[in-house]
Amino acid sequence: MKQFSTWQVLKNGFINQKGWKRQWEDAAPKKNYDIIIVGGGLHGLATAYYLAKNFKLKNIAVLEKNWIGGGNAGRNTTIIRSNYMLKGNREFYEHSLKLWENLSHELNYNVMFSQRSHVSLYHSPSAIDNASRRYNIMLNTGSDAELWSLKTLKKKIPHLNYSDDSRFPIYGALVQKRAGTARHDAVAWGYARAANNLGVDIIQNCEVNGVITKNNNIVSLNTSKGNIQGGKVGFAVAGHSSILWQMANLGNLPIESHKLQAFVTEPIKPLLDQVVVFSVGGAHFYISQSDKGGLVFGGDIDWYKSYAQKGNLPIVQDVAECAISVLPCISRLKLLRHWSGVVDMSMDGSFFICKTPLNNLYLNAGWNYGGFKASPASGWYFADLIANDRPNRVIQNHNLKRFEKGYQIDERGAGPDPKLHG
Amino acid sequence: MIIIKCPFCGSRGHNEFKYGGDGSIKYPDLHDPITDWHDAVFQRKNIAGIQTETWQHIHGCRMWLLVDRDTLTHKIISVRPANPNIINILEKNS
Repeated sequence: MKQFSTWQVLKNGFINQKGWKRQWEDAAPKKNYDIIIVGGGLHGLATAYYLAKNFKLKNIAVLEKNWIGGGNAGRNTTIIRSNYMLKGNREFYEHSLKLWENLSHELNYNVMFSQRSHVSLYHSPSAIDNASRRYNIMLNTGSDAELWSLKTLKKKIPHLNYSDDSRFPIYGALVQKRAGTARHDAVAWGYARAANNLGVDIIQNCEVNGVITKNNNIVSLNTSKGNIQGGKVGFAVAGHSSILWQMANLGNLPIESHKLQAFVTEPIKPLLDQVVVFSVGGAHFYISQSDKGGLVFGGDIDWYKSYAQKGNLPIVQDVAECAISVLPCISRLKLLRHWSGVVDMSMDGSFFICKTPLNNLYLNAGWNYGGFKASPASGWYFADLIANDRPNRVIQNHNLKRFEKGYQIDERGAGPDPKLHG
Repeated sequence: MIIIKCPFCGSRGHNEFKYGGDGSIKYPDLHDPITDWHDAVFQRKNIAGIQTETWQHIHGCRMWLLVDRDTLTHKIISVRPANPNIINILEKNS
């Protein structure tokens, strides 16, 4: 692989940009792999990369049913933060943020990670108490957090709706300055290129449609490109985890598939320097401005279970109302694009990286509405699980048994109703 | 918009309704083993295709309905009252 560098950019300037090559090989599947990762999204690609990088493993394949970056990898609002509170989640997301901070260098690929601050607005006096608690937990567990008063907030982001007669008046904000956004496509391409460079086969248009098991082991996978044998198999297909799980005759999962919509407006001049979230004590809405100038935003999930990658109009209206109530100045902007992705909503709003009833199958699922920020750590811990055949201490409770044990990791405290964790 | 034909009010947009969830769940008896309760509360079939689910017409008659809906296309196959006897009860009381 040719390393990207300033020198390469200069050199190609002289040779009419003819020195660039394909960034990863579009491999045909071999008969047999030591490790097969099903799902070529950000989590699957990151897993393959860390298996090859951290554990020096060879003979790894990533199977993707469509093309790299075509699923939820390209259907998110690219927000990265680590303001989680519960044990396990706290360490996991902080680790992820640390990996993000060095990701462009690690992959030799500019993922355009921009630590532009994540500003969570608070809309009631009791929400300020909530913010203080979260702020203290974050500070005491090695992360960064700031509480902004209304005065500071008005100075930093003057064009929010601060009027006294708004339905949810703004009281202040909890800010994580190291949080921000990245370019999602670049993350997929960067991981694919770096993994491929370490010998990982990335096999596109290869849909798994059968799982062949014997004596509590997966023997092979039937795919649209033939039968492939695997020593160890990892499922990283959030959105469709239940379907693959049932293909392996493993019964039900504590997951429902829902869909989450997102929106981009026409590009405008710089308006918003931070990620702004209209949240606790108010509605549910998040917005940032992309480098192209479009405002990228989203809100609640669609409330009913769905595998259709198409959103519905009541949520479009709801999100638009939130947008205008918090940023009235954007009311005349036009929407440029609007899409929806299928997400695994779990019973407590937290993810699963765990062993399964089958000896050589590992599960990575249940990312709810926030899998993008988790991608590097998800790959890191999933690779660690597959390579060492035991969960890391940090994710030891993120397993399928936690509901039986009464150890739910429920950040929102919403109970066992998947749609409420959105 | 999904159009749900409420047996009491007629065809309405789905934003008049509240989504309940998987309507095929049968809750076990209070004294049944805890594992049965675990499965009923936490485990889901998560069907990609036609599933039975509950909806409540909160901005209408407030009745709970059982709806067969395709989760791949959002097409509604059938709608019926969650309590099959409710029509008899209502007619008797009117």
